[in-house]
Amino acid sequence: MAEKYEIKETEVWDGNYAISQALRQAQVDVVAAYPITPSTPIVENYGNYVANGYIDGEFVMVESEHAAMSGCVGAAAAGGRVATATSSQGFALMVEVLYQASGMRLPIVLTVANRALASPLNVRGDHSDMYLGRDSGWIQLDAFNAEEAYDMTLCAFRIGEHLNVRLPVMVHQDGFLTSHTAQNIHPLSDEEAYGFVGDYKCVDEMLDFTRPVTYGAQTEEDWHFEHKAKQHKALMDSRTIIDEIFAEYGNLTGRTYKRVESYLMEDAEVAIVALGSSVETCRLAAEELRAEGVKAGVVAPRCFRPFPFDAVREALKDVKAIACLDRSSPGGAMGALFNEVSAALYSTQARPMVTNFIYGLGGRDFSVKEAKRIFMEQKAHVDAGHITTPIQQFSGLRGPKLGFFETKRS
Amino acid sequence: MVEIRWHSRAGQGAVTGAKGLGDVVSTTGKEVQAFALYGSAKRGAAMRAYNRIDDKKIINHEKFMLPDYVLVIDPALAFTDNITENDKPSTHYIITTHLSKEELMKGIPALLGKEDRVFVVDCMQISLDTIGRVVPNAPMLGAFIKVSGMFELDYFLESMKRVLSKFPQKIIDSNMDAISRAYNEVK
Repeated sequence: MAEKYEIKETEVWDGNYAISQALRQAQVDVVAAYPITPSTPIVENYGNYVANGYIDGEFVMVESEHAAMSGCVGAAAAGGRVATATSSQGFALMVEVLYQASGMRLPIVLTVANRALASPLNVRGDHSDMYLGRDSGWIQLDAFNAEEAYDMTLCAFRIGEHLNVRLPVMVHQDGFLTSHTAQNIHPLSDEEAYGFVGDYKCVDEMLDFTRPVTYGAQTEEDWHFEHKAKQHKALMDSRTIIDEIFAEYGNLTGRTYKRVESYLMEDAEVAIVALGSSVETCRLAAEELRAEGVKAGVVAPRCFRPFPFDAVREALKDVKAIACLDRSSPGGAMGALFNEVSAALYSTQARPMVTNFIYGLGGRDFSVKEAKRIFMEQKAHVDAGHITTPIQQFSGLRGPKLGFFETKRS
Repeated sequence: MVEIRWHSRAGQGAVTGAKGLGDVVSTTGKEVQAFALYGSAKRGAAMRAYNRIDDKKIINHEKFMLPDYVLVIDPALAFTDNITENDKPSTHYIITTHLSKEELMKGIPALLGKEDRVFVVDCMQISLDTIGRVVPNAPMLGAFIKVSGMFELDYFLESMKRVLSKFPQKIIDSNMDAISRAYNEVK
Protein backbone atom coordinates (compact mmCIF):
# COMPACT_ATOMS: atom_id res chain seq x y z
CA MET A 1 0.00 0.00 0.00
CA ALA A 2 1.43 3.38 -1.06
CA GLU A 3 2.56 5.90 1.56
CA LYS A 4 0.44 8.99 2.15
CA TYR A 5 1.77 12.13 0.42
CA GLU A 6 1.10 15.38 2.27
CA ILE A 7 -0.34 18.08 0.03
CA LYS A 8 -1.76 21.44 1.03
CA GLU A 9 -4.86 23.26 -0.17
CA THR A 10 -2.67 25.78 -1.99
CA GLU A 11 0.63 24.66 -3.45
CA VAL A 12 3.15 26.53 -5.59
CA TRP A 13 3.87 23.98 -8.30
CA ASP A 14 5.06 24.18 -11.88
CA GLY A 15 3.20 22.31 -14.63
CA ASN A 16 5.52 19.32 -14.54
CA TYR A 17 5.24 18.87 -10.78
CA ALA A 18 1.48 19.28 -10.97
CA ILE A 19 1.21 16.57 -13.63
CA SER A 20 3.43 14.17 -11.72
CA GLN A 21 1.14 14.58 -8.71
CA ALA A 22 -1.94 13.97 -10.87
CA LEU A 23 -0.34 10.74 -12.16
CA ARG A 24 0.37 9.67 -8.58
CA GLN A 25 -3.20 10.44 -7.51
CA ALA A 26 -4.67 8.54 -10.48
CA GLN A 27 -2.84 5.41 -9.22
CA VAL A 28 -1.39 4.58 -12.62
CA ASP A 29 -0.40 0.91 -12.98
CA VAL A 30 2.47 1.37 -15.43
CA VAL A 31 4.57 4.36 -16.46
CA ALA A 32 7.10 3.48 -19.18
CA ALA A 33 9.20 6.55 -19.93
CA TYR A 34 12.32 7.96 -21.48
CA PRO A 35 12.98 11.49 -20.18
CA ILE A 36 13.42 14.50 -22.47
CA THR A 37 13.53 18.25 -21.79
CA PRO A 38 11.25 19.97 -20.86
CA SER A 39 9.03 17.06 -19.77
CA THR A 40 11.83 15.34 -17.80
CA PRO A 41 10.70 16.42 -14.29
CA ILE A 42 7.33 14.69 -14.80
CA VAL A 43 8.90 11.24 -14.90
CA GLU A 44 11.79 12.26 -12.64
CA ASN A 45 9.33 13.25 -9.90
CA TYR A 46 7.27 10.14 -10.59
CA GLY A 47 10.38 7.96 -10.25
CA ASN A 48 11.07 9.73 -6.98
CA TYR A 49 7.57 8.88 -5.69
CA VAL A 50 8.07 5.24 -6.71
CA ALA A 51 11.46 5.05 -4.96
CA ASN A 52 10.03 6.59 -1.79
CA GLY A 53 7.04 4.29 -1.59
CA TYR A 54 4.29 6.70 -2.63
CA ILE A 55 3.26 4.60 -5.61
CA ASP A 56 2.18 0.98 -5.95
CA GLY A 57 2.52 0.86 -9.74
CA GLU A 58 5.47 -0.02 -11.96
CA PHE A 59 7.96 2.46 -13.40
CA VAL A 60 9.66 1.01 -16.47
CA MET A 61 12.80 2.66 -17.78
CA VAL A 62 13.26 2.04 -21.49
CA GLU A 63 15.86 2.81 -24.14
CA SER A 64 13.93 5.31 -26.29
CA GLU A 65 10.61 7.09 -26.67
CA HIS A 66 9.60 4.53 -29.28
CA ALA A 67 10.10 1.87 -26.64
CA ALA A 68 8.38 4.01 -24.02
CA MET A 69 5.16 4.21 -26.03
CA SER A 70 5.53 0.55 -27.05
CA GLY A 71 5.75 -0.37 -23.37
CA CYS A 72 2.64 1.69 -22.73
CA VAL A 73 0.79 -0.08 -25.55
CA GLY A 74 1.73 -3.49 -24.11
CA ALA A 75 0.74 -2.57 -20.58
CA ALA A 76 -2.53 -0.98 -21.70
CA ALA A 77 -3.42 -3.99 -23.84
CA ALA A 78 -2.64 -6.23 -20.86
CA GLY A 79 -5.31 -4.30 -18.93
CA GLY A 80 -3.64 -1.56 -16.90
CA ARG A 81 -3.99 2.18 -16.41
CA VAL A 82 -0.99 3.59 -18.26
CA ALA A 83 0.69 6.99 -18.68
CA THR A 84 3.93 8.57 -19.85
CA ALA A 85 5.41 11.94 -20.76
CA THR A 86 7.49 13.37 -23.58
CA SER A 87 8.41 16.40 -25.70
CA SER A 88 9.70 17.36 -29.13
CA GLN A 89 12.16 14.84 -30.64
CA GLY A 90 10.92 12.22 -28.21
CA PHE A 91 7.38 12.86 -29.38
CA ALA A 92 8.56 12.58 -32.99
CA LEU A 93 10.13 9.21 -32.24
CA MET A 94 6.87 8.06 -30.62
CA VAL A 95 4.73 8.95 -33.61
CA GLU A 96 4.67 5.50 -35.20
CA VAL A 97 3.45 3.96 -31.95
CA LEU A 98 0.94 6.78 -31.30
CA TYR A 99 -1.04 5.56 -34.30
CA GLN A 100 -0.77 1.97 -33.02
CA ALA A 101 -2.13 3.01 -29.62
CA SER A 102 -5.12 4.88 -31.01
CA GLY A 103 -5.87 2.18 -33.60
CA MET A 104 -5.91 -0.42 -30.83
CA ARG A 105 -8.22 1.90 -28.82
CA LEU A 106 -5.95 1.90 -25.75
CA PRO A 107 -6.75 4.69 -23.28
CA ILE A 108 -3.16 5.71 -22.55
CA VAL A 109 -2.49 9.19 -21.14
CA LEU A 110 0.49 11.00 -22.69
CA THR A 111 1.47 14.28 -21.05
CA VAL A 112 3.40 16.50 -23.45
CA ALA A 113 5.51 19.51 -22.49
CA ASN A 114 5.34 21.17 -25.90
CA ARG A 115 8.69 21.98 -27.46
CA ALA A 116 10.10 22.98 -30.84
CA LEU A 117 11.35 20.35 -33.29
CA ALA A 118 14.92 20.39 -34.64
CA SER A 119 16.69 21.45 -36.77
CA PRO A 120 18.01 23.90 -35.51
CA LEU A 121 18.00 22.19 -32.12
CA ASN A 122 15.90 24.09 -29.59
CA VAL A 123 14.59 23.02 -26.18
CA ARG A 124 12.02 25.74 -25.71
CA GLY A 125 8.31 25.82 -26.09
CA ASP A 126 6.37 25.92 -29.30
CA HIS A 127 3.58 23.74 -30.66
CA SER A 128 5.42 21.75 -33.34
CA ASP A 129 5.09 18.48 -31.44
CA MET A 130 1.44 19.07 -30.56
CA TYR A 131 0.67 19.71 -34.23
CA LEU A 132 2.62 16.61 -35.23
CA GLY A 133 0.12 14.57 -33.21
CA ARG A 134 -3.02 16.10 -34.67
CA ASP A 135 -3.90 13.31 -37.12
CA SER A 136 -2.75 10.49 -34.84
CA GLY A 137 -6.22 9.63 -33.58
CA TRP A 138 -5.60 10.79 -30.01
CA ILE A 139 -7.76 13.20 -28.05
CA GLN A 140 -5.62 16.31 -27.43
CA LEU A 141 -6.38 18.54 -24.43
CA ASP A 142 -4.55 21.83 -23.99
CA ALA A 143 -3.65 23.47 -20.66
CA PHE A 144 -2.93 27.20 -20.54
CA ASN A 145 -1.29 27.22 -17.08
CA ALA A 146 0.11 24.83 -14.47
CA GLU A 147 -3.15 24.31 -12.58
CA GLU A 148 -4.92 23.42 -15.81
CA ALA A 149 -2.15 20.92 -16.60
CA TYR A 150 -3.07 19.18 -13.34
CA ASP A 151 -6.80 19.39 -14.03
CA MET A 152 -6.52 18.18 -17.63
CA THR A 153 -4.40 15.18 -16.56
CA LEU A 154 -7.07 13.99 -14.11
CA CYS A 155 -9.79 14.59 -16.72
CA ALA A 156 -7.74 12.76 -19.38
CA PHE A 157 -8.01 9.42 -17.53
CA ARG A 158 -11.77 9.78 -17.16
CA ILE A 159 -12.27 10.76 -20.80
CA GLY A 160 -9.99 8.18 -22.40
CA GLU A 161 -11.14 5.30 -20.21
CA HIS A 162 -14.86 6.09 -20.62
CA LEU A 163 -16.53 2.97 -22.03
CA ASN A 164 -18.02 4.97 -24.92
CA VAL A 165 -14.64 6.54 -25.79
CA ARG A 166 -11.69 4.16 -25.18
CA LEU A 167 -9.14 6.37 -26.88
CA PRO A 168 -5.70 7.60 -25.84
CA VAL A 169 -5.48 11.19 -24.60
CA MET A 170 -2.67 13.73 -24.76
CA VAL A 171 -2.43 16.56 -22.24
CA HIS A 172 -0.45 19.47 -23.65
CA GLN A 173 1.26 22.25 -21.73
CA ASP A 174 3.76 24.81 -23.02
CA GLY A 175 7.36 23.77 -22.43
CA PHE A 176 9.03 26.03 -19.84
CA LEU A 177 6.26 28.66 -20.06
CA THR A 178 3.96 26.28 -18.19
CA SER A 179 6.06 23.20 -17.46
CA HIS A 180 8.68 25.18 -15.52
CA THR A 181 6.59 28.12 -14.28
CA ALA A 182 5.49 27.73 -10.66
CA GLN A 183 2.12 29.23 -9.76
CA ASN A 184 -0.55 28.87 -7.09
CA ILE A 185 -2.34 25.56 -7.56
CA HIS A 186 -5.28 24.14 -5.66
CA PRO A 187 -4.92 20.35 -5.94
CA LEU A 188 -7.56 17.88 -4.87
CA SER A 189 -6.94 15.58 -1.94
CA ASP A 190 -5.81 12.07 -2.92
CA GLU A 191 -9.27 10.72 -2.03
CA GLU A 192 -11.13 13.34 -4.08
CA ALA A 193 -8.80 12.94 -7.05
CA TYR A 194 -9.02 9.16 -7.12
CA GLY A 195 -12.75 9.34 -6.42
CA PHE A 196 -13.07 11.43 -9.58
CA VAL A 197 -10.81 9.28 -11.77
CA GLY A 198 -12.25 6.01 -10.42
CA ASP A 199 -11.06 2.42 -10.74
CA TYR A 200 -9.74 1.32 -14.12
CA LYS A 201 -12.29 -0.64 -16.13
CA CYS A 202 -10.67 -3.36 -18.23
CA VAL A 203 -11.94 -3.96 -21.76
CA ASP A 204 -10.70 -6.98 -23.71
CA GLU A 205 -7.61 -7.20 -21.51
CA MET A 206 -4.97 -9.63 -22.74
CA LEU A 207 -4.29 -10.88 -19.21
CA ASP A 208 -7.77 -12.44 -19.16
CA PHE A 209 -6.61 -15.88 -20.34
CA THR A 210 -10.15 -17.25 -20.25
CA ARG A 211 -11.03 -14.99 -23.19
CA PRO A 212 -8.05 -14.65 -25.58
CA VAL A 213 -8.03 -11.55 -27.80
CA THR A 214 -5.78 -10.20 -30.57
CA TYR A 215 -4.37 -6.68 -30.63
CA GLY A 216 -2.75 -5.06 -33.67
CA ALA A 217 -4.12 -7.39 -36.32
CA GLN A 218 -3.59 -6.78 -40.02
CA THR A 219 -6.52 -5.59 -42.12
CA GLU A 220 -6.09 -4.74 -45.80
CA GLU A 221 -8.66 -3.08 -48.06
CA ASP A 222 -11.34 -5.37 -46.73
CA TRP A 223 -11.60 -3.85 -43.22
CA HIS A 224 -8.96 -1.14 -42.65
CA PHE A 225 -11.27 1.65 -43.83
CA GLU A 226 -14.11 0.56 -41.53
CA HIS A 227 -11.73 0.42 -38.57
CA LYS A 228 -10.45 3.93 -39.25
CA ALA A 229 -13.97 5.29 -39.78
CA LYS A 230 -15.07 3.76 -36.49
CA GLN A 231 -12.08 5.29 -34.76
CA HIS A 232 -12.87 8.72 -36.25
CA LYS A 233 -16.49 8.40 -35.16
CA ALA A 234 -15.35 7.53 -31.65
CA LEU A 235 -13.28 10.74 -31.61
CA MET A 236 -16.18 12.83 -32.91
CA ASP A 237 -18.62 11.22 -30.46
CA SER A 238 -16.26 11.83 -27.54
CA ARG A 239 -17.27 15.51 -27.64
CA THR A 240 -20.38 15.07 -25.52
CA ILE A 241 -18.54 12.86 -23.04
CA ILE A 242 -15.73 15.42 -22.72
CA ASP A 243 -18.43 18.04 -21.98
CA GLU A 244 -19.99 15.78 -19.30
CA ILE A 245 -16.66 15.05 -17.63
CA PHE A 246 -15.59 18.71 -17.66
CA ALA A 247 -18.93 19.60 -16.05
CA GLU A 248 -18.48 16.94 -13.38
CA TYR A 249 -14.95 18.18 -12.67
CA GLY A 250 -16.37 21.70 -12.42
CA ASN A 251 -18.88 20.59 -9.80
CA LEU A 252 -16.06 19.03 -7.80
CA THR A 253 -13.53 21.86 -8.03
CA GLY A 254 -15.32 25.00 -9.15
CA ARG A 255 -13.03 24.96 -12.18
CA THR A 256 -15.28 24.37 -15.18
CA TYR A 257 -13.69 23.80 -18.57
CA LYS A 258 -15.20 23.86 -22.05
CA ARG A 259 -14.02 22.37 -25.34
CA VAL A 260 -13.74 25.96 -26.52
CA GLU A 261 -12.94 28.62 -23.97
CA SER A 262 -14.37 32.08 -24.69
CA TYR A 263 -13.25 35.19 -22.84
CA LEU A 264 -14.91 38.62 -23.12
CA MET A 265 -16.69 37.41 -26.27
CA GLU A 266 -20.30 38.48 -25.52
CA ASP A 267 -20.09 41.68 -27.60
CA ALA A 268 -16.61 41.26 -29.10
CA GLU A 269 -15.86 42.89 -32.43
CA VAL A 270 -12.29 41.58 -32.76
CA ALA A 271 -10.88 38.30 -31.46
CA ILE A 272 -7.68 36.31 -31.16
CA VAL A 273 -7.78 32.53 -31.40
CA ALA A 274 -4.77 30.86 -29.79
CA LEU A 275 -3.50 27.82 -27.90
CA GLY A 276 -1.34 27.34 -24.82
CA SER A 277 -0.10 29.91 -22.33
CA SER A 278 -0.47 32.71 -24.91
CA VAL A 279 -4.23 32.42 -24.42
CA GLU A 280 -3.87 33.96 -20.96
CA THR A 281 -1.46 36.63 -22.20
CA CYS A 282 -4.03 37.53 -24.90
CA ARG A 283 -6.78 37.65 -22.24
CA LEU A 284 -4.76 40.22 -20.34
CA ALA A 285 -4.29 42.22 -23.55
CA ALA A 286 -8.06 42.04 -24.22
CA GLU A 287 -8.80 43.28 -20.67
CA GLU A 288 -6.47 46.24 -21.15
CA LEU A 289 -7.98 47.09 -24.56
CA ARG A 290 -11.51 46.86 -23.14
CA ALA A 291 -10.52 49.63 -20.72
CA GLU A 292 -9.56 51.67 -23.79
CA GLY A 293 -12.90 51.01 -25.47
CA VAL A 294 -11.87 48.27 -27.92
CA LYS A 295 -14.26 45.32 -27.95
CA ALA A 296 -11.63 42.57 -27.85
CA GLY A 297 -12.10 38.92 -26.89
CA VAL A 298 -10.21 35.63 -26.88
CA VAL A 299 -11.30 32.19 -28.11
CA ALA A 300 -9.19 29.13 -27.36
CA PRO A 301 -9.74 25.47 -28.22
CA ARG A 302 -9.27 23.57 -24.94
CA CYS A 303 -9.77 20.43 -26.92
CA PHE A 304 -7.58 20.51 -30.03
CA ARG A 305 -8.70 17.01 -31.09
CA PRO A 306 -11.49 16.27 -31.66
CA PHE A 307 -11.44 19.74 -33.22
CA PRO A 308 -14.45 21.67 -31.89
CA PHE A 309 -15.69 22.77 -35.31
CA ASP A 310 -19.20 23.44 -33.98
CA ALA A 311 -18.17 25.29 -30.82
CA VAL A 312 -15.56 27.41 -32.63
CA ARG A 313 -18.19 28.47 -35.15
CA GLU A 314 -20.61 29.36 -32.37
CA ALA A 315 -17.98 31.31 -30.42
CA LEU A 316 -16.87 33.44 -33.38
CA LYS A 317 -19.96 33.85 -35.55
CA ASP A 318 -20.67 37.45 -34.50
CA VAL A 319 -17.09 38.77 -34.59
CA LYS A 320 -15.90 40.99 -37.45
CA ALA A 321 -12.14 40.28 -37.58
CA ILE A 322 -10.16 37.39 -36.15
CA ALA A 323 -6.43 36.68 -35.81
CA CYS A 324 -5.50 32.99 -35.57
CA LEU A 325 -2.16 32.46 -33.85
CA ASP A 326 -0.09 29.41 -34.80
CA ARG A 327 2.99 28.56 -32.72
CA SER A 328 4.35 26.01 -35.20
CA SER A 329 6.20 26.51 -38.46
CA PRO A 330 3.56 25.77 -41.10
CA GLY A 331 6.07 24.44 -43.62
CA GLY A 332 4.72 26.07 -46.77
CA ALA A 333 1.07 26.45 -45.86
CA MET A 334 -1.19 28.58 -43.71
CA GLY A 335 -1.08 27.72 -40.01
CA ALA A 336 -3.21 24.73 -38.99
CA LEU A 337 -5.30 26.67 -36.48
CA PHE A 338 -5.99 29.32 -39.15
CA ASN A 339 -7.07 26.66 -41.63
CA GLU A 340 -9.35 24.86 -39.20
CA VAL A 341 -10.94 28.00 -37.76
CA SER A 342 -11.43 29.46 -41.25
CA ALA A 343 -13.08 26.24 -42.42
CA ALA A 344 -15.46 26.36 -39.46
CA LEU A 345 -16.32 30.00 -40.16
CA TYR A 346 -16.86 29.47 -43.89
CA SER A 347 -20.22 27.90 -43.11
CA THR A 348 -21.45 30.91 -41.07
CA GLN A 349 -23.61 33.72 -42.44
CA ALA A 350 -21.20 36.54 -41.64
CA ARG A 351 -17.90 34.94 -42.72
CA PRO A 352 -15.69 37.25 -40.65
CA MET A 353 -12.25 38.37 -41.82
CA VAL A 354 -9.57 35.95 -40.64
CA THR A 355 -5.81 36.44 -40.69
CA ASN A 356 -2.96 34.21 -39.56
CA PHE A 357 0.05 34.96 -37.36
CA ILE A 358 2.98 32.60 -36.99
CA TYR A 359 4.60 33.48 -33.64
CA GLY A 360 6.71 32.31 -30.73
CA LEU A 361 8.71 29.63 -32.54
CA GLY A 362 11.47 28.10 -30.44
CA GLY A 363 10.23 29.96 -27.36
CA ARG A 364 10.38 33.51 -28.78
CA ASP A 365 8.65 35.74 -26.20
CA PHE A 366 5.05 36.73 -26.85
CA SER A 367 4.20 39.93 -24.99
CA VAL A 368 0.99 41.60 -23.90
CA LYS A 369 2.07 44.57 -26.03
CA GLU A 370 2.31 42.39 -29.14
CA ALA A 371 -1.08 40.80 -28.43
CA LYS A 372 -2.56 44.30 -28.20
CA ARG A 373 -0.92 45.28 -31.47
CA ILE A 374 -2.48 42.24 -33.16
CA PHE A 375 -5.90 43.14 -31.74
CA MET A 376 -5.54 46.71 -33.02
CA GLU A 377 -4.63 45.43 -36.47
CA GLN A 378 -7.90 43.48 -36.49
CA LYS A 379 -9.67 46.68 -35.47
CA ALA A 380 -8.05 48.42 -38.46
CA HIS A 381 -9.44 45.70 -40.76
CA VAL A 382 -12.92 46.28 -39.30
CA ASP A 383 -12.66 50.06 -39.71
CA ALA A 384 -11.44 49.72 -43.31
CA GLY A 385 -14.01 47.05 -44.14
CA HIS A 386 -11.36 44.74 -45.59
CA ILE A 387 -8.12 42.99 -44.62
CA THR A 388 -5.39 45.64 -44.75
CA THR A 389 -2.39 43.34 -44.27
CA PRO A 390 -1.09 40.13 -45.83
CA ILE A 391 -3.29 37.22 -44.72
CA GLN A 392 -0.35 35.39 -43.16
CA GLN A 393 2.17 37.38 -41.09
CA PHE A 394 4.98 36.61 -38.69
CA SER A 395 4.79 38.10 -35.20
CA GLY A 396 7.94 38.79 -33.21
CA LEU A 397 10.29 37.92 -36.09
CA ARG A 398 13.52 39.90 -36.33
CA GLY A 399 14.58 41.40 -39.65
CA PRO A 400 12.33 42.49 -42.52
CA LYS A 401 8.59 41.86 -42.25
CA LEU A 402 7.43 38.58 -43.70
CA GLY A 403 3.92 38.10 -45.06
CA PHE A 404 2.03 36.11 -47.67
CA PHE A 405 -1.18 36.37 -49.72
CA GLU A 406 -3.47 39.36 -50.21
CA THR A 407 -7.22 39.22 -49.85
CA LYS A 408 -9.42 39.07 -52.93
CA ARG A 409 -12.46 40.31 -51.00
CA SER A 410 -13.52 43.93 -51.14
CA MET B 1 1.87 43.56 -9.16
CA VAL B 2 5.43 43.25 -7.85
CA GLU B 3 7.98 41.96 -10.35
CA ILE B 4 11.41 40.59 -9.43
CA ARG B 5 14.30 39.64 -11.69
CA TRP B 6 17.14 37.42 -10.46
CA HIS B 7 20.55 37.52 -12.14
CA SER B 8 22.44 34.34 -11.43
CA ARG B 9 24.67 31.63 -12.75
CA ALA B 10 23.14 28.21 -13.38
CA GLY B 11 23.76 26.18 -10.21
CA GLN B 12 23.63 29.09 -7.74
CA GLY B 13 20.01 28.41 -6.88
CA ALA B 14 18.11 31.34 -8.41
CA VAL B 15 15.32 29.04 -9.58
CA THR B 16 15.07 27.40 -6.16
CA GLY B 17 15.23 30.84 -4.55
CA ALA B 18 12.50 32.22 -6.79
CA LYS B 19 10.28 29.17 -6.16
CA GLY B 20 10.96 29.26 -2.41
CA LEU B 21 10.02 32.93 -2.30
CA GLY B 22 6.86 32.18 -4.29
CA ASP B 23 6.01 29.38 -1.89
CA VAL B 24 6.29 31.63 1.17
CA VAL B 25 4.43 34.53 -0.46
CA SER B 26 1.56 32.19 -1.41
CA THR B 27 0.97 31.45 2.28
CA THR B 28 -0.11 35.08 2.74
CA GLY B 29 -2.94 34.57 0.25
CA LYS B 30 -1.16 36.26 -2.64
CA GLU B 31 -0.89 34.87 -6.16
CA VAL B 32 2.64 34.14 -7.32
CA GLN B 33 4.57 33.14 -10.40
CA ALA B 34 8.18 31.90 -10.51
CA PHE B 35 9.99 31.02 -13.69
CA ALA B 36 13.43 31.08 -15.25
CA LEU B 37 15.13 31.54 -18.57
CA TYR B 38 17.48 28.63 -19.07
CA GLY B 39 17.20 25.29 -20.78
CA SER B 40 20.30 23.56 -21.98
CA ALA B 41 22.36 26.08 -19.94
CA LYS B 42 25.37 24.50 -18.25
CA ARG B 43 26.41 25.10 -14.65
CA GLY B 44 28.07 28.52 -14.48
CA ALA B 45 26.26 30.06 -17.45
CA ALA B 46 24.55 33.41 -16.83
CA MET B 47 20.79 32.99 -16.44
CA ARG B 48 17.80 34.86 -15.12
CA ALA B 49 14.89 33.88 -12.92
CA TYR B 50 11.71 35.84 -12.34
CA ASN B 51 8.95 36.31 -9.77
CA ARG B 52 5.59 38.00 -10.13
CA ILE B 53 3.44 38.67 -7.04
CA ASP B 54 -0.11 40.02 -7.20
CA ASP B 55 -3.43 40.10 -5.38
CA LYS B 56 -5.25 38.53 -8.32
CA LYS B 57 -4.51 35.49 -10.46
CA ILE B 58 -1.44 36.06 -12.65
CA ILE B 59 -2.24 35.36 -16.30
CA ASN B 60 0.68 37.17 -17.90
CA HIS B 61 3.07 34.62 -19.43
CA GLU B 62 5.42 37.03 -21.22
CA LYS B 63 9.07 36.92 -20.21
CA PHE B 64 9.40 40.69 -20.57
CA MET B 65 9.10 42.64 -17.32
CA LEU B 66 9.83 46.05 -15.77
CA PRO B 67 11.29 44.79 -12.49
CA ASP B 68 10.54 46.38 -9.12
CA TYR B 69 13.49 44.47 -7.64
CA VAL B 70 16.67 43.23 -9.28
CA LEU B 71 18.48 40.57 -7.23
CA VAL B 72 22.05 39.83 -8.35
CA ILE B 73 23.39 36.69 -6.65
CA ASP B 74 26.67 36.42 -8.54
CA PRO B 75 29.24 39.19 -7.86
CA ALA B 76 30.70 39.25 -11.38
CA LEU B 77 27.34 39.44 -13.14
CA ALA B 78 26.80 42.87 -11.57
CA PHE B 79 29.54 44.05 -13.90
CA THR B 80 29.06 41.85 -16.96
CA ASP B 81 25.28 41.42 -17.22
CA ASN B 82 22.90 44.27 -18.10
CA ILE B 83 21.37 44.45 -14.63
CA THR B 84 19.59 47.76 -15.26
CA GLU B 85 17.77 46.50 -18.37
CA ASN B 86 14.12 47.66 -18.50
CA ASP B 87 14.36 49.26 -15.06
CA LYS B 88 12.03 51.90 -13.65
CA PRO B 89 12.69 55.05 -11.58
CA SER B 90 11.64 52.97 -8.55
CA THR B 91 13.61 49.74 -9.23
CA HIS B 92 15.56 48.53 -6.19
CA TYR B 93 18.83 46.63 -6.61
CA ILE B 94 20.27 44.09 -4.18
CA ILE B 95 23.72 42.99 -5.25
CA THR B 96 25.95 40.37 -3.72
CA THR B 97 29.50 41.68 -3.38
CA HIS B 98 32.44 41.81 -0.99
CA LEU B 99 32.94 45.47 -1.99
CA SER B 100 31.45 48.45 -0.18
CA LYS B 101 28.51 50.11 -1.91
CA GLU B 102 30.72 53.04 -2.97
CA GLU B 103 33.41 50.76 -4.45
CA LEU B 104 30.78 48.73 -6.31
CA MET B 105 29.01 51.80 -7.70
CA LYS B 106 32.31 53.08 -9.16
CA GLY B 107 32.56 49.98 -11.32
CA ILE B 108 28.98 50.08 -12.63
CA PRO B 109 28.21 53.38 -14.40
CA ALA B 110 24.64 52.25 -15.14
CA LEU B 111 23.85 52.53 -11.41
CA LEU B 112 24.82 56.21 -11.26
CA GLY B 113 22.06 58.33 -9.81
CA LYS B 114 20.37 55.26 -8.34
CA GLU B 115 22.41 55.24 -5.09
CA ASP B 116 19.32 55.37 -2.88
CA ARG B 117 17.97 52.21 -4.48
CA VAL B 118 21.15 50.11 -4.45
CA PHE B 119 21.80 47.69 -1.57
CA VAL B 120 24.78 45.40 -1.07
CA VAL B 121 25.24 42.16 0.86
CA ASP B 122 27.94 39.49 0.64
CA CYS B 123 25.81 36.41 -0.03
CA MET B 124 28.88 34.41 -1.06
CA GLN B 125 30.70 34.87 2.26
CA ILE B 126 27.50 34.47 4.29
CA SER B 127 26.63 31.17 2.61
CA LEU B 128 30.22 29.94 3.01
CA ASP B 129 30.15 30.80 6.73
CA THR B 130 26.73 29.34 7.47
CA ILE B 131 25.97 26.62 4.92
CA GLY B 132 29.58 25.73 4.19
CA ARG B 133 29.44 26.18 0.44
CA VAL B 134 28.51 28.83 -2.07
CA VAL B 135 24.70 28.87 -2.30
CA PRO B 136 23.87 32.56 -2.40
CA ASN B 137 20.11 32.16 -2.90
CA ALA B 138 19.12 31.75 0.76
CA PRO B 139 20.98 34.85 2.00
CA MET B 140 19.58 36.87 -0.91
CA LEU B 141 16.09 36.01 0.31
CA GLY B 142 16.99 37.41 3.73
CA ALA B 143 18.31 40.62 2.18
CA PHE B 144 15.20 40.91 0.00
CA ILE B 145 12.86 40.56 2.98
CA LYS B 146 14.69 43.38 4.72
CA VAL B 147 14.84 45.76 1.74
CA SER B 148 11.28 45.11 0.54
CA GLY B 149 9.74 45.02 4.01
CA MET B 150 7.45 42.34 2.61
CA PHE B 151 7.57 40.13 5.71
CA GLU B 152 8.71 40.14 9.33
CA LEU B 153 11.91 38.09 9.61
CA ASP B 154 10.38 35.60 12.07
CA TYR B 155 7.37 34.93 9.86
CA PHE B 156 9.61 34.38 6.85
CA LEU B 157 11.93 32.03 8.76
CA GLU B 158 8.99 29.93 9.98
CA SER B 159 7.61 29.68 6.45
CA MET B 160 10.99 28.78 4.97
CA LYS B 161 11.36 25.97 7.52
CA ARG B 162 8.21 24.47 6.09
CA VAL B 163 9.44 24.91 2.49
CA LEU B 164 12.69 23.14 3.41
CA SER B 165 11.01 20.51 5.62
CA LYS B 166 12.18 17.59 3.44
CA PHE B 167 15.85 18.42 4.16
CA PRO B 168 17.90 17.30 7.20
CA GLN B 169 17.68 19.56 10.27
CA LYS B 170 21.30 20.71 9.86
CA ILE B 171 20.59 22.12 6.40
CA ILE B 172 17.42 23.83 7.59
CA ASP B 173 19.26 25.44 10.51
CA SER B 174 22.16 26.67 8.38
CA ASN B 175 19.77 28.18 5.84
CA MET B 176 17.96 29.98 8.66
CA ASP B 177 21.30 31.39 9.83
CA ALA B 178 22.14 32.51 6.28
CA ILE B 179 18.78 34.28 5.86
CA SER B 180 19.01 35.99 9.26
CA ARG B 181 22.59 37.16 8.73
CA ALA B 182 21.85 38.66 5.31
CA TYR B 183 18.72 40.30 6.74
CA ASN B 184 20.88 42.03 9.35
CA GLU B 185 23.88 42.78 7.15
CA VAL B 186 22.33 44.14 3.93
CA LYS B 187 22.93 47.88 3.55
